[in-house]
Parts: sequence; C-alpha cells; structure tokens
Amino acid sequence: MGVEQPLGDNIVTASLDGLVNWARKSSIWPMTFGLACCAIEMMATGAAKHDLDRFGIIFRASPRQADCIIIAGTVTKKMLPVIKTVYEQMPEPKWVIAMGACACSGGVFDTYSVVQGIDVALPVDVYIPGCPPRPEALLFGLMKLQDKIGKERNSFGSAIGLGDRLEPAA
Amino acid sequence: MADMAENNRALIRLQEKFAPSILDIKEFRGEVTITVKKEDNVAVCKFLKEELRYNLLTDVTAVDYLGTDPRFMVVYNLYSIPNKDRIRIKAPVAESDCSIESVCSLWSTANWLERETYDLMGIVFNNHPDLRRILMTDDWVGHPLRKDYPLQGPDREPYKGRLS
Repeated sequence: MGVEQPLGDNIVTASLDGLVNWARKSSIWPMTFGLACCAIEMMATGAAKHDLDRFGIIFRASPRQADCIIIAGTVTKKMLPVIKTVYEQMPEPKWVIAMGACACSGGVFDTYSVVQGIDVALPVDVYIPGCPPRPEALLFGLMKLQDKIGKERNSFGSAIGLGDRLEPAA
Repeated sequence: MADMAENNRALIRLQEKFAPSILDIKEFRGEVTITVKKEDNVAVCKFLKEELRYNLLTDVTAVDYLGTDPRFMVVYNLYSIPNKDRIRIKAPVAESDCSIESVCSLWSTANWLERETYDLMGIVFNNHPDLRRILMTDDWVGHPLRKDYPLQGPDREPYKGRLS
C-alpha cells in the first residue's frame, strides 16, 4: 500500500541544500578580473570555442554581482590591497580560484615584489596549476568548484541565521 | 658616416665649452658616451639641448657599481630628432652624497624618469618638483634595484638552491 503519486508528475522533491547548491553551482558568476597572461587564457575559456556560458558561468564587471573571483595571474604586493578590496565587496557566499602557478605559489617570480601565492590573503577553494593553464584546465577547475559547492551543507540556513555553514572536507 | 661626423662635431663643441667637467669619453660601435662631473649635469644637458639640438630625453636611469667609489652612475640617454642622432651622458654619484641636480627644468619627461630612478636606486634628485616613489608602494622601505638589496625581500630567507 502506501501513498501512490501524492504530488503528481510535475513536482520534484529535494532537500533545501540540494536545491540551493544546484542553483549556486549552475550560476557561478566570476568577477571580470585579470592580472597577467592567465587572463588571456581565461578570456579564451569564456569565448566561443570553450564557452563558459554553457555552465551558467557569466563574467560580471562588478564585484557586487559576482560570487567567484578567479585570481588569473601574478599578484604583486602593490596589487594585493586592491584584490582584497574587490574580494570584500563581493557578497556572500563567495569562492576563490587560484589560476596558474603565480596565483598558487608566486611561480617563477620568487622576488621582493610578488606575493608568494594568493592564499596568504584569500581563502582559496581551487588551485589550478599551469603556466598558464590551458582553457581545459580552467574548465576542470571550475567543475571541481561546482563539485565542492554541491557538497556544501546548510549554506542557505547559515545565510538566514540558522546554524553554521558546513564545508566539505576536500 | 654622417652620424659619426655629427657626433664628433657635438663632442668638439662640448669639449670646447666644458673641458674641465668632462671626465671620460668613450665611443663604441658609433655610440658616444660622455662622463661628466655631477655638478655640471644640468649645464651640459642644457647646452646639448639648446645648442646641439639633442631635444629628446629618452631615458634617465642609474647603474650600481657596488664596491667601487663613486658607487652609482646616473645615465641620461639623449636623442636629437632633427639630427637623428643619439648621445649618452653619465655622471658619477657617491653613496655618501647620494644626490644629483634634477633636469626637470629642461625636459618635463625627466619628472617620472627621475622618480623611477629615485624609487629603485635611491638617488635623490635635487629641486625635483615631486620626488615620490612611482613603482613601489608609498610605504616601501629600501631601493630594490640596488645590488645589496636581497632579491626575495628583506623579510624572507634567501633561496639557497635546490636541496636535492
């Protein structure tokens, strides 16, 4: 026995986490922010051949409309306060991708003027190696970020003041 | 060989007028480099600009000869648009009195070029209208292109090569 077809065919049930995470990971809006040659690969990834739009990834020209920042290039110590300001202007929830060797570790620029990895200042979610990474690598990194967003628990509840946001271990 | 003749003519004029201030003259593959006393840099540049038509200042920079005295050499690269000819003026600057007169009064472009030289080499340009750092942050300590500045910055352990 039991209940048969209580809601009809046109209704799907899901957990709130599942629904919210699905919406968020399907509409990552990164900040339009390039720092060096990685930005050229990032633009190539967004252009027709690789077409980020099919993932719902649309570059936004304002941090207030963005929920992801791709650190695409060498971060100099002079640029770091600017990046921090842009990051602080982004609304929660927000994610950070370190694209390329420079953003991950400083890369070949082991010098006085270069920040040795953006993770000294921002909480990085995905590291993409390469110098610069090919568009396929950036796509893979973005899909890894989607997987990570999909595993978050209670991110919506925490946003409205109910409990803490639980991030996946890895 | 017209360039050479023009160079030599400029050199002859310069030697006539500034013989006591010229320390050294070098010619290498058609490039003429004249080293002058730093006290006379503005007078020499003014003469080159106004009398010999070297009207474009292409670059101001400096070289750090660490371990020798005078330690620094300020370099002015001049170009004459009407004569299509280049000339290089150098002036030694000691570390103990690390300053030289600004040539901003002759070329406005010297403003930023001298700020860069000040920022990276620590050479003070007297009577410069706005001698601030231009590339490094305002609160930066030290002058990174000096040979005794640690490559990875003063707050880091220097790289000692691969461990393996």
